[in-house]
Amino acid sequence: MLDRLHTAKGAQRTLGLAAGIAFGFLLQKGGATDYGVIMGQLLLTDFTVVKIMVSAVITGMLGVHLLRSLGFARLHPKQGSLGSSALGGLIFGVGFGLLGYCPGTAAGAVGEGRLDALFGGVVGILLGAWIFAALFPRLRRSILNWCDFGEMTFPELLRTGAWNVVIPAALLLAGFLLLLERTGL
Amino acid sequence: MEWLTAGRWSPYLVGLGIGLLSCLTFLLSDKALGCTTAYDRTSGMIERLFRGRKALDRPYFQKFPPEVDWQWMLVAGIVIGSFLSSTLSGQWRLQWVPPVWAAAHGTSVGLRLAVATAGGVLMGLGSRWADGCTSGHGISGTLQLAVSGWLATAGFFAGGVVTAFLLY
Repeated sequence: MLDRLHTAKGAQRTLGLAAGIAFGFLLQKGGATDYGVIMGQLLLTDFTVVKIMVSAVITGMLGVHLLRSLGFARLHPKQGSLGSSALGGLIFGVGFGLLGYCPGTAAGAVGEGRLDALFGGVVGILLGAWIFAALFPRLRRSILNWCDFGEMTFPELLRTGAWNVVIPAALLLAGFLLLLERTGL
Repeated sequence: MEWLTAGRWSPYLVGLGIGLLSCLTFLLSDKALGCTTAYDRTSGMIERLFRGRKALDRPYFQKFPPEVDWQWMLVAGIVIGSFLSSTLSGQWRLQWVPPVWAAAHGTSVGLRLAVATAGGVLMGLGSRWADGCTSGHGISGTLQLAVSGWLATAGFFAGGVVTAFLLY
């Protein structure tokens, strides 16, 4: 039944819009669409963004792996390589520091009236994505494949069951949040 | 209904909500939350406006065709959701230069837009280079325990922290 829903394009566009409205609402209520909050995170003075992300990851990690164990969900780990994930991540990071929003929170910041997120952010990201599309034929045969590890997950890497990694990872992340609270950050 | 008009929710509550939302998108849409493929598709739509169907010859646009899909609607929804939330709390207002930026670098709109645009271009390039952003890798990749997600997220924050310290 759900497989038919997954391939129904019109229904999926509606579900996407609904999920986006919920996502944008949550990001704004959390302060993650605020330039000051994001820069506070990157300057390591305000850990709001990390608190949101880590509690989302703990919840989602437990929930999605539970759905998967019950046969209701499939994982979609992205393919990666050192040249793609690490180098691309660093390029993104420099942009993150200069812009002070990320692609999702920039959309949210536009929604609350921030014009630097629109004319600087959204326009810049569109241009950057287009530049990548133009460079892609050259990059895909070279740097993007450097040290390719495919769609690897940590349970596969460690050759163990998913829950043997999920539980310790969730506990470690929860401990990290507790530590943040204890240190008053 | 005071919680709807509140200016700020606890970050843990917001994180819990985003985590549950991720479970729902996996269940109902067989998809992980992510944002940047939508930007890539939109850049293809814009190029098609200028160059017509020739734009579709680019191998990257054959991989991700310029069309409105689930994720494109997700990003459109984020704008609406944030608009609703900020209107309910009375925080919605037009702003060119964020106060934190103005305090350190002055109130020049041109300077802020120039730096934001430069950052946006690097972010757009980097997000496609790494095949994901703070949502697709930072939340969805890490929660699936994907090696690519954890590695890219380390890169996002390493690059971001160094740049922020150079800027402030």
